[in-house]
Amino acid sequence: MESGFSSPRSDVFPVGLRVLVVDDDPTWLKILEKMLKKCSYEVTTCCLAREALSLLRERKDGYDIVISDVNMPDMDGFKLLEHVGLEMDLPVIMMSVDGETSRVMKGVQHGACDYLLKPIRMKELRNIWQHVLRKKIQEGRDIEGHDVFEGLQILRNGSDRYDDSQFLRVEELFSVRKRKDVDKYEEKEFGETCSTKKARVVWSVDLHQKFVEAVNQIGFDKVGPKKILDLMNVPWLTRENVASHLQKYRLYLSRLQKENDPKACFVVGMKQTDSSLKDGDGNFSVCSSLGVPQTDVTNSSFSFSGDNFLQNVDSIGCEADRKRVVQEQTSEPKRAAATELIKTRCTHMKFNNSFASVESEGKLAACYPWVEAPQMKLKQESKPHQVQINQLPSVSSISSGRSATEKDKGSSIESKAPYSEDCSQPMVHLNPPKASTDSCSGKAKSFNEINDHFEPISTATAPLGVKNQNVIDLSSISTDLGSGFPFSSFDEDLQGYLFQDGCYPKNLEQIIEFPDYGDPGIFTEGPTHLYDAMRFGYEYSYDPTEYPVIDEGLFIA
Amino acid sequence: MEKTQLRRQLANIRQSLFDQGFLDEQFVQLEELQDDANPNFVEEIVTLYYRDSSRLIVSIEQALQKSPLDFNKLDALMHQFKGSSSSIGAKKVKAECTQLREYCRAGSGEGCLRTFQQLKKEYTTLRKKLEAYFQLARQAGPIDSACRPK
Repeated sequence: MESGFSSPRSDVFPVGLRVLVVDDDPTWLKILEKMLKKCSYEVTTCCLAREALSLLRERKDGYDIVISDVNMPDMDGFKLLEHVGLEMDLPVIMMSVDGETSRVMKGVQHGACDYLLKPIRMKELRNIWQHVLRKKIQEGRDIEGHDVFEGLQILRNGSDRYDDSQFLRVEELFSVRKRKDVDKYEEKEFGETCSTKKARVVWSVDLHQKFVEAVNQIGFDKVGPKKILDLMNVPWLTRENVASHLQKYRLYLSRLQKENDPKACFVVGMKQTDSSLKDGDGNFSVCSSLGVPQTDVTNSSFSFSGDNFLQNVDSIGCEADRKRVVQEQTSEPKRAAATELIKTRCTHMKFNNSFASVESEGKLAACYPWVEAPQMKLKQESKPHQVQINQLPSVSSISSGRSATEKDKGSSIESKAPYSEDCSQPMVHLNPPKASTDSCSGKAKSFNEINDHFEPISTATAPLGVKNQNVIDLSSISTDLGSGFPFSSFDEDLQGYLFQDGCYPKNLEQIIEFPDYGDPGIFTEGPTHLYDAMRFGYEYSYDPTEYPVIDEGLFIA
Repeated sequence: MEKTQLRRQLANIRQSLFDQGFLDEQFVQLEELQDDANPNFVEEIVTLYYRDSSRLIVSIEQALQKSPLDFNKLDALMHQFKGSSSSIGAKKVKAECTQLREYCRAGSGEGCLRTFQQLKKEYTTLRKKLEAYFQLARQAGPIDSACRPK
């Protein structure tokens, strides 16, 4: 299956397993290092949690598993655990000399795959590879079916429409996904039918909506898979499903934040935004505070008011910009806008940006009332995390969030309804056969959908004056995107590409990297639909009904 | 012959450390980690432990001098110390740490102070014993000073 490990392994798994050990106690660090080496693992040690995080972010696929102590001076081990789980989705093992049930429980609740008591024995370390393997298998199951197929679809559809550069972006967009996904994707080639994939949780619009509602209800800060699961009250859904979906969602949000950065000045000449997008992309990494429920993520990212769509994503620098831009728009729909943005951004899939940008994005949300940014308060902590959130899950969540948000803006993208009206611009129509079926196209589709959604949004924002522009831009952007994804059913697409690992077209990576792909213009269009990547390429056949889909579709856990 | 005697002596000392409860299984783990790549691994670890923990001891002493005692801080420090001590298998020291933490939770300043004195005693005793042990081990030759079949 996909490469599981980014670095080539000449030996048989688990030999060469890349372990990152984090412990402030130098004695233990040395002992563990020795023990792990004896297991033939590749060990990296560090004594500070922050250092560990930066190491992880630097090399996204550089490690297979993280072992961390619970008590550390600079950061709580549980927090680190959360970050790693969200940003990198790596298995994390906690260690402590304290074996109190409550602590162990806390570890497990925060997502630790194991909790070891010190003193640690060699034999305990020998078996840690099982966690890695388990995770891979789970991921594989998650990815299957959705992304790959959709992604392919999108690529396929879009490829003929865009020139190389655009296409390239799309490629990047897709390649952003986790390595697993990429592998899957590559295997599929375009047009391959992944329909044979195993059944995986499909985050339909409704489901995603429930998810976002739950998230909003809990409060983005306090959100946790278990809580969400409980609130959602979907019997067949597992905590893992929610957890991975949540992760994606967060990534998406952070991405949106990044994108929201002013760089995305989509308002006019989206093309310009392209470049800004690019910048934004870079910023993605900045913000990524992993989905940490920061302040209002929605703000920043959601407030795409269309222009800033991209900006939201960028956390760091963008915030200021976004704010500016956003201010133009109604502040209120911040959330909504953000959501939109997030959506679009999601397409980028790479949430490098921290949610911080999302804050500013919030403004955008304002613009798009419907975009109710998922309640996730993407409070951006403004942490310049380099969270490379490849998943766009947040995108969808954003959408859903929107609906959930108070703003009621019309139900976030989904509701697009209000905007639908606006979107008179035919240009953007989300041409994609709304067939939500595209699960095959997976990501690609989602993009389309997102774009579609955006369109309406943009139209909505049009009043802001961008509408027309958007329209025009959008089209141009789409082309730029080159992805020409045939966003069929938006929601599906969104889902598909959002985080489906496999489905994203290669461009995905790029897309994520550069906010560019999103073409600022696209964003201006309003809905932060994840159309970043999506936009390209698909004709926007604005279908009001699509919006709602987007939200959900985006986030296919 | 002398070496053999030395080694036997070494083995006895080592055994007594276990028997008297100064060391636990963790020490054996460390010995097992020792290999050609790290022939003095155990000694290195013990040295590292004493170096690092001496700083901790100072912090704990400082904390104990405050009035009123900040039990939370003390507890946190003790937690750290306990974790550290577990790394070399310092059994008695660990036991004292646990005891001290109990007193912290109970809010007994006197209990904390008393236990800490005890802890320091164990800590120092162990260090001396281990120093002697390693010295003998070096004399006895580079075979597994841990006397544990690899």
